[in-house]
Amino acid sequence: MRKIWLIIKREYLVRVRKKSFIIMTIVGPLLMAALMVVPTYLANETQELRNIAIEEDGFEFTNKIEDTDLLHFSKIPTEEAILLKNNFSESNYYALLNIERDNFTLYSDQQISLSVSNSIEKQLEEIIEHQKLKAAGIDLDILSKAESSVQITTKIISKDGNTTNSQAEASMGIGFICGILIYIFIFMYGTMVMRGVIEEKTSRIVEVIISSVKPFQLMMGKILGVALVGLTQFALWILLTIAIASVAELMFMDTSSIASEINSTDQSILISKISNLASGINLVQIFFSFIFYFLAGYLMYSSLFAAVGSAVDAEADSQQFVLPITIPLILAFILIQPIMENPDGILAFWMSIIPFTSPVIMMVRLPFGVANWELALSMVVLVLSFILTTQLAGKIYRTGILMYGKKTSYKELWKWLFYKE
Amino acid sequence: MNEPIFIAKDVVKEYGNYIALNKVNITVPKGSIYGLLGPNGAGKTTLMRIINQITAPDSGILIFDGTPLSKYHISDIGYLPEERGLYKKMKVGEQALYLAQLKGMPYDEALEKLKFWFEKLDILSWWNKKVEELSKGMAQKIQFVVTVIHEPKLLIFDEPFSGFDPINAAIIRREILELSKNGTTIIFSTHRMESVEEICDHIALINKAQTILEGPIEEIKKQFANNSYEVITTGESLNENDFFSIINHNETNYSLLLKEGKTQKEALQSIIQQTEIISFRKKIPSMEEIFIKAIKNA
Repeated sequence: MRKIWLIIKREYLVRVRKKSFIIMTIVGPLLMAALMVVPTYLANETQELRNIAIEEDGFEFTNKIEDTDLLHFSKIPTEEAILLKNNFSESNYYALLNIERDNFTLYSDQQISLSVSNSIEKQLEEIIEHQKLKAAGIDLDILSKAESSVQITTKIISKDGNTTNSQAEASMGIGFICGILIYIFIFMYGTMVMRGVIEEKTSRIVEVIISSVKPFQLMMGKILGVALVGLTQFALWILLTIAIASVAELMFMDTSSIASEINSTDQSILISKISNLASGINLVQIFFSFIFYFLAGYLMYSSLFAAVGSAVDAEADSQQFVLPITIPLILAFILIQPIMENPDGILAFWMSIIPFTSPVIMMVRLPFGVANWELALSMVVLVLSFILTTQLAGKIYRTGILMYGKKTSYKELWKWLFYKE
Repeated sequence: MNEPIFIAKDVVKEYGNYIALNKVNITVPKGSIYGLLGPNGAGKTTLMRIINQITAPDSGILIFDGTPLSKYHISDIGYLPEERGLYKKMKVGEQALYLAQLKGMPYDEALEKLKFWFEKLDILSWWNKKVEELSKGMAQKIQFVVTVIHEPKLLIFDEPFSGFDPINAAIIRREILELSKNGTTIIFSTHRMESVEEICDHIALINKAQTILEGPIEEIKKQFANNSYEVITTGESLNENDFFSIINHNETNYSLLLKEGKTQKEALQSIIQQTEIISFRKKIPSMEEIFIKAIKNA
């Protein structure tokens, strides 16, 4: 036991001290924080009033176009319009709207933003629609009264009679993020284990070490050490993301205090909306399940990756063995979308029980609510599978690491499984 | 002969259909320097891996220091494999400490012993260097240190001098001999017969998965000595007689072979009657000759 701790410690420290780990740990949250902050920032950035000139014979449209928060319309005479077309930059107009009967053209000296042209288009459409309705003799007042909006609240009744809000959007969001994270983590740290095994084999240190410890101990020590690296990175990402996001938010609020006044109410509405949305989802269960599926799924896959690493002499040769391992994982990744659309279907059920796909798929399904027995079955199957795969991988591993300069075939791997220790 | 530190009896190891060891027997006397010889693929590495418990035999008996070989003996054995390396990105000192602790040494003791050995071999200045900054010979020195650091009763060296320049090879040879003098038993596997003759007192020759020769070096040499002699005369020619035949001669150097049933004394007397002798010497076969001969006969 002391020896396996030594191995875990070395595997952990070597990786945590690496520059790439430190860079990834810092860059990851920065990217995530950027994803959260930049869109809000950009949205606020464009909030300046734009002047739009209108050129029209008569006032048919001009009188009906209304100013919006961001657009101010004003009619100008034709002569001025010609002048403006030649000299946009010195005027304070953003664009010129030319109206000739049913032809509408926007002129500007720069690329007209989509939101501006959309907003104008929408107003013009409405004006024309109203004209047509009027011509058909339909009263607009009646029409506006007839307009109605319906919102369906969906609720889930559990067996004990409690009702919870069902929120498909939030479930989808959480399920998607969890599924993707599990997929990325298993892939990233699984291949990290494989690379570690190959490094030990090619540097020929492995024979020195296994004269002191059992090959299985060396393999498990590496797998567990890397698992701790993964958990450390995950924890640091969460902490740093929260820290960076909140700092950035604070700074951003300070610099644009006027805009934020309107915004903050928007935001508080948004936040209450989100927490409302998530209220039907058992976040504690999701958190612990995430940790479980990450660890168990990783343990299963990384032992297979370790076996592959032991069987090859260089990473370049590993492809033929890595492919069959990664196919179920990639399949699970591809199926995230369809499973989200039908989280209780037969496909979803089996994919969340089969251990090769269950870590990803079960995390996608969980926010939608999964029966306890299904969750338990999936977990038990996964645990049994990783015990089995680590045993099998251990057998391949202990033979593979001592085979140098030989191209390994599947037939050979099969034979290794039956060698006596 | 000293009591044995290690005995292997009828050891068999198969990999699928390939037989790596077929009823191999060796007995390593305590305190000896035991040469494990044999052509490539004979099964030496498999045998060494079995002694180190890296692999287990399919059948056979293994006795270490009077008790059946078990995991408790791991710290009593030190192994320098032929295929050896270190973590390239790790610092020398840190790595040596790690490997010493894996052999079961407590941290403080490992640190103390390592400092001692690093100083002895004049490599203390490498302590904080990364292994990738070292030359191959330098890395070999570190591997030697971590092999012997836990002061095992039995040391197994597989081609210990490969990769060393002559000066460093001499240093390592001196250290091995010193370890032997202090009572450590050494199993020594090599292709270089001249180093076998210099260092070993016992040998085992393994060929095609079997032990074909084993014992103290002098006995084996006696066994392989055929009754041939080397005679140098003062000049007069030497003729064959009833006691010996001449295999070949080169001026005054003669190679003689004793005839059946004749003694060395009779032959010598008959030579003295013919001519004056500068030297008369029984030919002792070199290990290389024995090696080649034994394998051909097997």
